[in-house]
Amino acid sequence: MRYDIRLTISHRYAQAAGNGRHALRVLPREIANRQHLTAHLIDIFPPPDNRHDSVDFFGNAVCSVTHSEQHQKMVIRMSARVGVMAPAGHHSGGSGLGQLALDLSRSRDLGPASPLHFLGPAPRLLPNADIARFARDTCDLSAPVTDIICQLGLALHGAMTFDATATDVDTDAAEAFSKRRGVCQDFSHIMIIALQSLGIPSGYVSGFLRTLPPPGGVKLEGVDAMHAWVRAWCGAAQGWVEYDPTNATLVGTDHIVVAFGRDYSDVSPVIGHLRSSGAQVNSQAVDMAVVD
Amino acid sequence: MQKSPTSQTQSAPRDLLTAYRQQAGARDEMVDKAGNVKPVWQPFLDHLQGLGDQDIAHRFARGNQYLHDAGVRFRQYNDTASEDRDWPLSPVPVILDQDEFERISEGLIQRAELLDYVLRDLYGPAELVSSGQLPATLLTQNPAWLRPMVGVEPASGHFLNLLSFEIGRGPDGKWWVISDLVEAPSTAGFAIENRVAMTKVFPNFFTSANIQRIAGFFRDFQQQLFELRGKSDGQIALLSPGQGNQNYAEHAYIARYLGLLLVEGEDLIVQDGNVMVRTVAGPKPVSVIWNRIPSALTDPLALDQTSLIGTPGLVDALARQRVNMVNSIGAAVLETRALMAFLPKIARQHFGEALKLPNIATWWCGEQSKRDHVIANRDRMIVGSAFSTEPMMADTQTASPQEAGKMTELLNRSGRELVGQEVITLSTTPTYEYGALVARPMCIRLFVARTPQGWQVMPGGYARVSAGDDATAFAMQRGGKVADVWITGGNTVETPSLLVSGSGSTQRLSARAALPSRAADNLFWLGRYVERAEHNMRLFRACFARINDGGNPDAPLLRYLRDHLMGGVAASSGAMAATFESPLEQALVAARRIGDRFSPDGMMALHDLVATTDGLKNRHVPLEDIPKEISVLLRKITGFAGLVHENMYRSDGWRFLSVGISLERASNMAHLLAKLLSPDAPDGALDLALEIGDSVVSYRARFSILADPVAVADMLGVDDQNPRSIRYHLSRAKWHISDLPGQSSSHVLSEVARKTLLLETQLAASTPAELTPKVLLKIQRDIWSIADALTQAHLV
Repeated sequence: MRYDIRLTISHRYAQAAGNGRHALRVLPREIANRQHLTAHLIDIFPPPDNRHDSVDFFGNAVCSVTHSEQHQKMVIRMSARVGVMAPAGHHSGGSGLGQLALDLSRSRDLGPASPLHFLGPAPRLLPNADIARFARDTCDLSAPVTDIICQLGLALHGAMTFDATATDVDTDAAEAFSKRRGVCQDFSHIMIIALQSLGIPSGYVSGFLRTLPPPGGVKLEGVDAMHAWVRAWCGAAQGWVEYDPTNATLVGTDHIVVAFGRDYSDVSPVIGHLRSSGAQVNSQAVDMAVVD
Repeated sequence: MQKSPTSQTQSAPRDLLTAYRQQAGARDEMVDKAGNVKPVWQPFLDHLQGLGDQDIAHRFARGNQYLHDAGVRFRQYNDTASEDRDWPLSPVPVILDQDEFERISEGLIQRAELLDYVLRDLYGPAELVSSGQLPATLLTQNPAWLRPMVGVEPASGHFLNLLSFEIGRGPDGKWWVISDLVEAPSTAGFAIENRVAMTKVFPNFFTSANIQRIAGFFRDFQQQLFELRGKSDGQIALLSPGQGNQNYAEHAYIARYLGLLLVEGEDLIVQDGNVMVRTVAGPKPVSVIWNRIPSALTDPLALDQTSLIGTPGLVDALARQRVNMVNSIGAAVLETRALMAFLPKIARQHFGEALKLPNIATWWCGEQSKRDHVIANRDRMIVGSAFSTEPMMADTQTASPQEAGKMTELLNRSGRELVGQEVITLSTTPTYEYGALVARPMCIRLFVARTPQGWQVMPGGYARVSAGDDATAFAMQRGGKVADVWITGGNTVETPSLLVSGSGSTQRLSARAALPSRAADNLFWLGRYVERAEHNMRLFRACFARINDGGNPDAPLLRYLRDHLMGGVAASSGAMAATFESPLEQALVAARRIGDRFSPDGMMALHDLVATTDGLKNRHVPLEDIPKEISVLLRKITGFAGLVHENMYRSDGWRFLSVGISLERASNMAHLLAKLLSPDAPDGALDLALEIGDSVVSYRARFSILADPVAVADMLGVDDQNPRSIRYHLSRAKWHISDLPGQSSSHVLSEVARKTLLLETQLAASTPAELTPKVLLKIQRDIWSIADALTQAHLV
């Protein structure tokens, strides 16, 4: 299956801003046997003085740009064609928590995919007693790790209400959980903290989600935004699985990965810094259309 | 080599030592187990003994006064606020024998090598992890291990250049390393100030005793910074978190002492991978950064995104090896407490020999056998976070359940995140309390630098001495004190030059030292605020002089003065004093932000002004005394101006300060004349203008006894010789501005120079009669626009 993805992020500044510097993580990842980029383009307006492409610790593509001249508005446009294969099927069974702990204690791997990076804490993943209790109370800890992940995801989806007005990008997971409301970012952070409290390595995935058009309807441009979900490690035998707690589903071919990290701070699409005194308004639009 | 010309007696001075009690189970630095004073202490004790109580008190006060005057402070925090406190010097030194110091030095140098090796590995191949010598989670769960720095090789090849260690002596007499301080080894600069203070306390003793000097250490470290700069002509900067940081005074001090450029994160920008400092002459390259900001906060793009004190792009510059960092970003991972559990083994593996100076015995509870050991020995262990970088015994967060069951549960649940550390009883050292010497627990901080001649240990340092018997109360926050450390004996020390003469001046950083825009901005505002305060003092004095002469506070002239020249302030003396108090306080804030560029004398003068003003406001001053008191203030503020003119080096910084003063004075005078020359102004307004303009005498000499509006406008507006006139100060401003960087390179005038010249010319070509209130207000607005243009050109 192939998709054409277009992302537009714009920042408008009330006061002209200068000396801007931004790190962008917006390009879908290349993942062997899963996701393949056939064409891609990142276009920035105004044209940056300097552009530098690199790869971060977790293997995500980072595009760094600088703008020294004053400007009122910055627009980032990314377009890519991505081919997707279904992830390897998840079969029931497999390692339990005991085997998982044993696998972890034997690991000396510091590479980007090592589960050891995902045990917590991280800037936005602080241990939380309420979330840990929720995890203990809703999961059968004697079950295989894959089952625990699905149990937890389902329980969380049931307990939380999707509400784009209850939280913002800076809300921490503890607050969102106590409100039982939030968006994909909150669902994902809460689930990661819950899994880590059980000793299951887990991390944050940013990406795009295909929104299916209503029967007979036409897909509207820009109704989608960048999405987030969770990746968890089920032991040396099974490795990583991805789960989308906002939609209570294991990840299949509807999800396109942009970046892997520990939490949102590792993968934020735009990390920026500029010299400006005024307020800033950001907007984002995504279109993910099926090619074939 | 030690000479004791007068007294050969080995007996302890009775009266000072009568109360001296060694603590049970602990060693003492001054007396041995049998209670005899150690030979290395004897000459000092004899000297102290020879002084009377009064003399001692007097000398100690002199040391404290020195530190106070030099601006050596530390910041004390409580729940809601912080305040600057005097540096808590304990004037009794800790004295170590040269041979013992040599042994300690060998151990510390070995440890510095070891730490450099470990750091290189942890940010490089990580063989210590893959070979099983270090558990992987000590990195992967450690907030101090900064992933963006993995694979980044320092341009110089050196990860570490300056370290400090806290060491303590256990009951067996051996020294132990308590903590490794590598991130931003703080307060090395205060070791110098401590030492200078001690020479004020014991001047005669210093000239005769064979005490190792510490200045050479700094000279050699400075040399290392120059080596790191290599052939580039970039600046060597000391990067500080800024005025809000508890150690800012020390940053300013050491920058001034070593001739480094003191910068904050916002002073630096990264352009195409190169680090530049924003100066009044545009961006200038930086080659070496001595960093005093916590690593994670140095780059809000690559590291902690919440940091407000960093420089975006700094990590990128490091990755491209465009700048040298002392020490490398991410070095704090070495301070991880759990590392102490593994360093002894790593040392044997790496050097083929044991640590010469052991560190406090530490067990990482991620392994079953170590957990068992900690539980079995829990009565002499503290259990705490494996990742904390605080020394365990100073860490108030440590909670160790003593009950075996609870401890086992805790360790089994989260052993990977915990360590057990053996409690050591530290040695004691004398402090002077209420006329006698008392034994208090202490530990010593020593500094190790990489120099062109290899690693060097500063032959001195400072001891932190506990406030009570409790060895955990070291923190100055909890009343602990700081004592100088003397290394004596051994070879006769080199010439007793205490302050490094020539350090920082022998090797000029550049012909015209770069002035960061932020520092220039603060100097400019310092000048403006001080001048504004003076102007308002004059208004205040004029007002009260009239009231004292029997004037009614509500007389038309005084009411007019308050309403039109003092912003409609109430008639009370307190409210009116606030008009100069608040600019003085703002001046102080600006001065504090440029600690390295503003002299301690100037700082003292400002403090004095604020204190005097405070006194005037907060106590009841009889009406008739107010003009007298305000005259004192005016004399002091004139003294401050004198300091600027007589003592400040004619640098760009001085120019910005002077432009600030001139533009503020010209602007205030334009406003004053606009109001007092107005047809609406009550009787006596012209005399008032002359008085505030300090021009009564010269006016009478030139004109008549009666004030005439045109003559007043002549004298205070267009006169080119009167240092109170608008024109005089525009000429001064023009002259300073023409000397600023980038101003003289072209025949095309800059915006700011053009505006100043136009306005000066307008005044020069005006007849006094043309200076109507309307024209004067326009002149004031033009002066403001000069200030804006100056800011745009040099300060943002």
